[in-house]
Amino acid sequence: MGIIKTDKLTFEYIRRDEEGNVEGITRAVDEVDLDVKQGDFIAILGHNGSGKSTLAKHINAILYPTEGTVWVDGMDTQDEARLWDIRREAGMVFQNPDNQIIGQVVEEDVGFGPENMGVPTKEIWERVEESLKAVGMYEYRKHSPNKLSGGQKQRVSIAGVIAMHPKCIILDEPTAMLDPNGRREVIRAVRALNDVEGITVVLITHYMEEIVHADMVYVMDRGQIAMEGTPREIFSRVEELQELRLDVPQVTLLAHELKKKGVNLPDGILTIEELVSALVGLKGA
Amino acid sequence: MLRDITLGQYYQTDSVIHKLDPRVKLVATIAFIISLFVVDSWIGYAVAAVFLAIMIKLSKVPFRFMVKGMKAIVMILMITVVFNLFLTPGEPLVTFWKLTITKEGARIAVMMAVRLSFLIVGSSLMTLTTTPNSLTDGMEKLMGPLKYVKVPVHEVAMMMSIALRFIPILLEETDKIMKAQIARGADFESGNLIKKAKAMVPLLVPLFISAFRRANDLAMAMEARCYRGGEHRTKMKPLQYHAADRVAYLVLFLYFSGCVAMRVWL
Repeated sequence: MGIIKTDKLTFEYIRRDEEGNVEGITRAVDEVDLDVKQGDFIAILGHNGSGKSTLAKHINAILYPTEGTVWVDGMDTQDEARLWDIRREAGMVFQNPDNQIIGQVVEEDVGFGPENMGVPTKEIWERVEESLKAVGMYEYRKHSPNKLSGGQKQRVSIAGVIAMHPKCIILDEPTAMLDPNGRREVIRAVRALNDVEGITVVLITHYMEEIVHADMVYVMDRGQIAMEGTPREIFSRVEELQELRLDVPQVTLLAHELKKKGVNLPDGILTIEELVSALVGLKGA
Repeated sequence: MLRDITLGQYYQTDSVIHKLDPRVKLVATIAFIISLFVVDSWIGYAVAAVFLAIMIKLSKVPFRFMVKGMKAIVMILMITVVFNLFLTPGEPLVTFWKLTITKEGARIAVMMAVRLSFLIVGSSLMTLTTTPNSLTDGMEKLMGPLKYVKVPVHEVAMMMSIALRFIPILLEETDKIMKAQIARGADFESGNLIKKAKAMVPLLVPLFISAFRRANDLAMAMEARCYRGGEHRTKMKPLQYHAADRVAYLVLFLYFSGCVAMRVWL
């Protein structure tokens, strides 16, 4: 069993009127089976309302399944006795950087998680230093979070999670409120965590270009997993992606159109470099 | 820019007073305020004035910052003085028309004025030399024993520090909403008080909604980071008394017992 496993995970939002009678039931997540191996970089893709955030909140035991089961490192998230162990092992970074920073100074915010876990003072400082260095925010440790850019704030949030020494990190659209520069910063920091520290990453996003480096991609639609595979496999199914209202990266789209017109290109081109070398290869042949 | 405002009135500089433990400063401020009501002689006030002057000197905060705090209480100060001056019965000093200033009245009026202004200067010395954050920390630690009578000390301190963190964010948001409403023709400037108050409604409603949304998000983020109240929690920056703090307590003790002694024997 992998670090994160879900079995027929189903979650329903129940809408009630003022008297508390059930008005309607929305199935946000519908029988999802996931199995994430330790050290993997997983991306979950989907447009708004596809249920990807709801799924993410189950891994951190913020929401509990209506039906089915979620295991984090072998622990059932419905087991209340293990709640804090689960939250420590599966850290979570949210969308809005302002609404998840608690401290008034960067280093205090990063220390918040370890403080809650009861880590001794001396070790808190070591953890804060190492996590701020891991995301490249060490020189800002004395700053007020209010004066940082969005990308920097989000990196501080990531550091706050790493300081808890989790086995996996779930990032729920961490770049949705950032400008392109901030997005690059954050994605670079996340990739470094996965490559260098070997932390399992679950990245939830609707930007296709962020999933290029993932080991495995799941595309969600109406609460269900609509597609799964490596980024290359996913990107080679351009028509399906467009049906799911996802924006395919321009390079991939261009390669796809060229291929349709009869140019002999491989499937699922992800980067500009790949397309260039494929085209150059064609000319030589 | 709204985000550059400093909260409270902390004055950033490097001084002996700034480095003291916030608990010492809290206790000292309370002791100083009590001492102002303990002493009732001119010598006593002179001692308090000297004590305060030395502390101001040590704090390296320019005196005009202390006076700023006085502006807020000028009205109260004047009312107190006027009432005491004219309405205290006793030996008449000056009489004109129907008003009489008595000897006792004059004495009490001056004393009250001195007391109030020392009180304000003394407590603003504390807020000028202590960051709101360490003030909260100090309060949490000092009130610690209240936990045993079921007072949620940690929770209150946590709420205060979160409120402090969100004030600049909410101010910025207010500014944003205000601009958005002005762009659509809202008028916050003209009209009388009632009209102005009414104009605030379209500002306050979205502000409240967004504050609740933020609170919800923040609560979720705190839970996700294992926050479960004050129990089992360690501190990244625990408060510890140093040599300087002990000296400060000693000085404070000497000053305070001096004040009590003066009350008893003079």
